[in-house]
Amino acid sequence: MTFRPLLCALVLCTLPVWPAAAMTVERVSSPGGIEAWLVQDHANPIIAVEFGFKGGAAVDPSDKSGLAEMVSGLLDEGAGDLDSQAFHGKLEDLAISFGFSASQDAFQGHLKTITANRQTAFDLLRLALTKPRFDADAVDRVRGQIHAILAEELQSPDVIARRAFARKMYPNHPYGSPINGTPESVDAITVADLNAWVAGHLGRDTLTISVVGDISPADLGLLLDQTFGALPAHAAPVDVADIAPAADGKIDVVHRAIPQSIVLFGEQGLKRDDPDWYVAYVMNYILGGGGFSSRLMTEVRVKRGLAYGVSSYLLPRDHSALFGGQVATRNDRVKDSLQVIKEEWRRMAEDGVTPKELADAKTYLNGSFPLQLESTAAIAGLVQVIQTEKLGIDYLDRRKALIDKVTLADVKRVARRLLDVDHLSFVVLGDPQGLSAE
Amino acid sequence: MTMVPLKIVAACLAVGLSALSGPVRAQVFNPETFTLKNGMQVVVIANHRVPVISHMVYYKVGSADEVAGKTGLAHMLEHMMFKGTKTVPAGAFSQLVASNGGRDNAFTTADYTAFYQNVAADKLDLVMKLEADRMTNLSLKDQDFQPERQVVLEERRMRIENEPEALLEEQIEAALFLNSPYHHPVIGWRNEIEKYTLSDIVDFHRRWYAPNNAVLLVSGDITAARLKPLAEKYYGVIPSRPVPLRQRTEEPPPVAARTVDMRDPDVHQPNWERLYLAPSYHSGETKYAYPLQVLAEILGGGTTSRLYKTLVVDQKIAVSAAAGYDPGSIGLSSFSFEASPRSGVSVENLQAAMVAEIQSVATQGVRAEEVDQAKSRLQTAIVYAKDSYASGARVLGAALCTGESVADVEAWPERIAAVTPDLVNEAARQILRDERAVTGRLLPSDPNDATTKAVTSEPAPRLPAGLSGRELR
Repeated sequence: MTFRPLLCALVLCTLPVWPAAAMTVERVSSPGGIEAWLVQDHANPIIAVEFGFKGGAAVDPSDKSGLAEMVSGLLDEGAGDLDSQAFHGKLEDLAISFGFSASQDAFQGHLKTITANRQTAFDLLRLALTKPRFDADAVDRVRGQIHAILAEELQSPDVIARRAFARKMYPNHPYGSPINGTPESVDAITVADLNAWVAGHLGRDTLTISVVGDISPADLGLLLDQTFGALPAHAAPVDVADIAPAADGKIDVVHRAIPQSIVLFGEQGLKRDDPDWYVAYVMNYILGGGGFSSRLMTEVRVKRGLAYGVSSYLLPRDHSALFGGQVATRNDRVKDSLQVIKEEWRRMAEDGVTPKELADAKTYLNGSFPLQLESTAAIAGLVQVIQTEKLGIDYLDRRKALIDKVTLADVKRVARRLLDVDHLSFVVLGDPQGLSAE
Repeated sequence: MTMVPLKIVAACLAVGLSALSGPVRAQVFNPETFTLKNGMQVVVIANHRVPVISHMVYYKVGSADEVAGKTGLAHMLEHMMFKGTKTVPAGAFSQLVASNGGRDNAFTTADYTAFYQNVAADKLDLVMKLEADRMTNLSLKDQDFQPERQVVLEERRMRIENEPEALLEEQIEAALFLNSPYHHPVIGWRNEIEKYTLSDIVDFHRRWYAPNNAVLLVSGDITAARLKPLAEKYYGVIPSRPVPLRQRTEEPPPVAARTVDMRDPDVHQPNWERLYLAPSYHSGETKYAYPLQVLAEILGGGTTSRLYKTLVVDQKIAVSAAAGYDPGSIGLSSFSFEASPRSGVSVENLQAAMVAEIQSVATQGVRAEEVDQAKSRLQTAIVYAKDSYASGARVLGAALCTGESVADVEAWPERIAAVTPDLVNEAARQILRDERAVTGRLLPSDPNDATTKAVTSEPAPRLPAGLSGRELR
C-alpha cells in the first residue's frame, strides 16, 4: 500500500512531536557563556550537533535573492589554510559529515563525527564559520551548481507547483520567492556580499545549539568556546513583514502537459505559540496528517482510488501561518479529488470529530512520539526544534498532557476557526479536465 | 558537498545506499539469529536506546519473480496485503497499528518485498499477530482491488510518467537487461497493471508467501531470548510449503554499446549517465563484487573523488559527476556513472570527458594510495552503522533475500580490506567495456533551447525513491 509522505521534510520540522522522557536534556553553559542543550548518549562513539541562527533567505536583498543559500553552499568550500579540496579531503578521510542550509527564517548547520575525531571536526566547523575563504573558483563552481539546480527545478512538476502556490499565497513577500534565488540574482552576488553576510548574520545572540551523543558537559563547554567564541556578539536585526496567506478561495490552473495534475491548497493557519496549537495539531492528524488513517486518505485514496497520497499540514513560520495540503490525481478526475477535499473540509468544520477518532489520535500522537528517535542526528534535530520553537527544556515531560487535554469541543471550535472552505485556495499544475479557474 | 542538483543528490543517495547503509554498515550489527521449525529465518538486532522496536518481515519474492504479462504484480500484492484477512477487515491493519501508536508501511524491490511496523516495545505482540495473520489468512474482495489498482496507476503517474528523467531511467534499465527480469520496472508496465485480476494476486500470494520463504527481522529494544517464544507462537505455527525456485534468466553475453536518448520540451538541465552490466554478490564474476565497491569510491565517492575533482573542480565542465555500484542483487547488477553539464557545455563534450576518465581507469588502472584511502574511508564510516535502530534490519533483510548470509554481511570489512590494487584494476578492465554499456541522455527537445528562465517559489526536496524505480513503497 504504502504512501510516500510528499511533505515529510516539512512535516518533520513543523510538527515537533516528542517522546516519553526516555532521555534527559541538560543545559550546558560554556566557561565563555555559550549555551547548548545536550543529550548524553555514550552507547556509540558518535556526536551529532545541530545549530542555527535567526535570519535566512527572507532577509536576502531582493536583487540578490539566494544569498543565504549561496553562503550555505560555500562555507565548507575552503576555510583558513585549507582550500576546498583539502577541506573536503579531511572531512571524507575522517568520516565527518558537515553542512549548512538556509530556510526562509533561519540559517542552520549540522555536524556529525566519531568521538575520536571530534577535535578536528569542531576545528573545521570553527574555520568554516569564522574564516571561510570564498576562493574565486569555489564561488564560480557553486554559482554554476545553483544555476543547474534552478534549471533542473524547471523540469520538476512538484517544484513548479510548489513555487506557483507560494507565489499565490505570499504575493510581494519573501516567502513567495524561492530561497535559492533566480539566475540573475545569483549572478549579482559578489564575494564582498558573501563576506558581509557572514560578518552580519552569524551572531551569538541568535545562536542555538543542540548536541547529542558521546560527550560530557565539561568537554562540550570547552569545544563551544573554541568553536563559537569568536563569532560576533550580535547579528543584524531580522526585518520581515508579517503576512497572512492570500487565500481567495479560487482555483488557479497552471497548464502543463503531464498526465497527472498536482494540486496544492491552503488557507490561514496558526502559529506554533497559538493557544490552540495542540487542538489544531490533533484535528489535522484526523483530517489529513495521519497517513493511511486520515479522513482525506480514506475518502480520496482508499474509497475512490483518486490518488496515491493526499495530506494536510500545519506550516507555521516566523511571519505567517498556513494550513495547507496536497494531492495528485489524473487529469480527468482531479476535479473529483477537489470536490472530496472540499467536502471533508466542510464536514470537519461543521461536525468536528468522533470520540473514537479523538481517542485514536491521542494514542497515536503520544505512542508514535519516540519512533522518530532513530539516530543521534535525528535526536539532535528534535532538540533543536524544541529550542527554536521555545517549547521549554521540560517539553518532553509536558507534551503528553498537552495532547491529552484536547477535547471534542476544542476540536469543533478550532475546526470552525481554521477550516473555511470559502477561502480554501487551490493551485493545480497539469492539464485538468472540467476544472476551470473559479 | 556544496550545491548539487537535485537529481544528483538522488543519485548520490542511491550510491550511499550501496556504499554506506548497505554492506559498509554491516560489520558491527552483531545480530542474533535462529530458524523456526517451519524454516522461517529470524534475525534480532539489539539497540536499547529508546523503548521502541522495528518489526519487519521480508519475503523472498519481488518483481523479478513475476511471469510474463503480469509485471508489477509483486508490488500490487504488497498494496493488497493491507486489504483484509478473515478476521481483520480491509484497511484495519494500519488503523490498528496507528491507534496503538505505531507506524507501518511496506516496499517492493526486484528481489524482495518487505513489510514493517515501528512500535513501542510493548506492542510487539500485536504487530506479530497481525503480520502472521496476513501471511496465511489474506481474504481479498474485488471491491477493494479495483480502487487500489487506480491507486497504483496514480503512483505510476506520480513516480514515473510525470517525470522525464524517471521515464528515461525505466528505458535505460530495459536496455541494459535484455533477458533478465530486471528488464521491467518494479511497478510494472501500465498496460499490464491495467489488466490483471484479483485471482492473479491471490495466486501470487499463495505461491510465494510461505514462512519458509520469509525472514523475520526485529531490531531495537529486544533480545533473541525474548523474541523466540513470540516468534514460535505467531509464525512457528504456520506450516511450510513448497515454494518455486527463484529464476533469474541469464543475460546473453553483451555485444553492442547502446544509447538511449530522451528528449522532452520540459528538460532544462540535461543529464548524462552510463550503466555497465556488472556482477553482483551472487551472479556473474562475483570475485569483482568487492573490488568494484572500492573502484566506485575512488571514482565517485564524494567531492574529492577522481570524477568530481577532474570534471567539476579542474575542467569546470560539469556541476556534478559521480559513480556508483550496488552488488546486492540475485541477478547481475550495474556499475553506474552520472554527470550533469555546466551551463554552456554540451552533453557531447561532457560525455567525451567522462568516457576519457572511464577509459583511463580501465587501461591505466588506479594507484595503490587511492585504493588504501578508499578502503580506509569506507571502513571509518562503519562506526555509524549501529546508530539507527532500524537500518541494520533493512541491510540484513536485503542481504538475506538476495543470496547472502549473515556471515557474509558481517565479513564485509575484512573482504574490503582484502581488496588489492591488482584486483581493482582487473575488475575495471573486465567490466568497463563498451559492449557492456548503455548510455542514457536526458536532452531538451530543441538542442538550441538551453536557456533557463527563473520562476519563483521554494523548491521542495525530491525523494530519491521515485527516480531509481528499483524500490517502491
